[in-house]
Amino acid sequence: MGHSHHGHDHSHKVSAPDEHHITPLSVYLKVAGALFALTFLTVGAHAIHEILGPAASLVAFAIAGVKAFLVMAYFMHLKYESIENRVIFGLGFVFLLVLFGISITDILSRHFIAGVL
Amino acid sequence: MSTSKMINGVPVQEHFRDAHHQFDTAKMGIWLFMVTEILMFGGLFVGYAIFHLLYPEMFAEGAHFLDWKMGFINTLVLIFSSLTMALGIHFIQVNQIKKSVWCLAITIVCGAIFMVIKYFEYTHKFHMGIFPGNLLDLAKLNEHLAHEGLPAIKSTNLGMYFGFYFCMSGLHGIHVLVGMGLITWCLIRTVRGDFNPNYYTGIEGVGIFWHIVDLVWIFLFPLLYLVG
Repeated sequence: MGHSHHGHDHSHKVSAPDEHHITPLSVYLKVAGALFALTFLTVGAHAIHEILGPAASLVAFAIAGVKAFLVMAYFMHLKYESIENRVIFGLGFVFLLVLFGISITDILSRHFIAGVL
Repeated sequence: MSTSKMINGVPVQEHFRDAHHQFDTAKMGIWLFMVTEILMFGGLFVGYAIFHLLYPEMFAEGAHFLDWKMGFINTLVLIFSSLTMALGIHFIQVNQIKKSVWCLAITIVCGAIFMVIKYFEYTHKFHMGIFPGNLLDLAKLNEHLAHEGLPAIKSTNLGMYFGFYFCMSGLHGIHVLVGMGLITWCLIRTVRGDFNPNYYTGIEGVGIFWHIVDLVWIFLFPLLYLVG
């Protein structure tokens, strides 16, 4: 937001945060309802996790991912946030992925010698 | 705050161009802080993933001592508290201060419910001799299991699993307590009349922090209680 600012002129700055955007009550209630439903779905998926086998973890985290998206987009208002703040927050997850990716690659590419790495 | 001027009900500090600039700056600071939170908890998640990969049987054995129903109720409690937190901010935006106060109060109560359930989970484990890392009392735990007619512990380093469990859930619990304190501060300031539809930066920031706490739990619950 380094350029000059003229009140609430949104015509030339698509990234201007709509901080005065007031999310309607109904949207909050719908998102909360979806979050509750997804939580029940998570537990339901766990109940059949033997059938799902190795996909059980992926399903659990995929559902968690959807819940996370809803919390971030609507409760944290990221949907209406400036692009700078969204990039900043997104970078946190990007670097976490880098940490995870390189660590797991390291571990998985090790050889066991007499039962230890 | 002696270097701020009141503009349309917003105390604007003198080094900012205007209220909008001040709000933007505060928001960016909050998001930067949240990045550090994601990386901090994320680091613990990565550690958990690595050792779960290396010692799957130990993690499976440890996870048996977790009650998914408690975790499930805690998840519902935190999601509900996220809703009331968002509503707390919403009602300030539409100048319904009394409703905002109620929502903030309910959010704090939800946090307390979460901590009470956590307290019961922890004390139950301590009673069985389950402590993190080296503090794990294997003799006491096996004695407790024998008493219940269950087989003894097979893992040789079960303390590592509970090191992860107590560190991750404990760090999250500390964040819940800090969040409750911050929301209480927001509540007091709201009752005092510090906030209005033009100025609610403090609650907005604390709200984002509280949603992060909820976000971490959304991933912690399946990781600890379901996937195990």
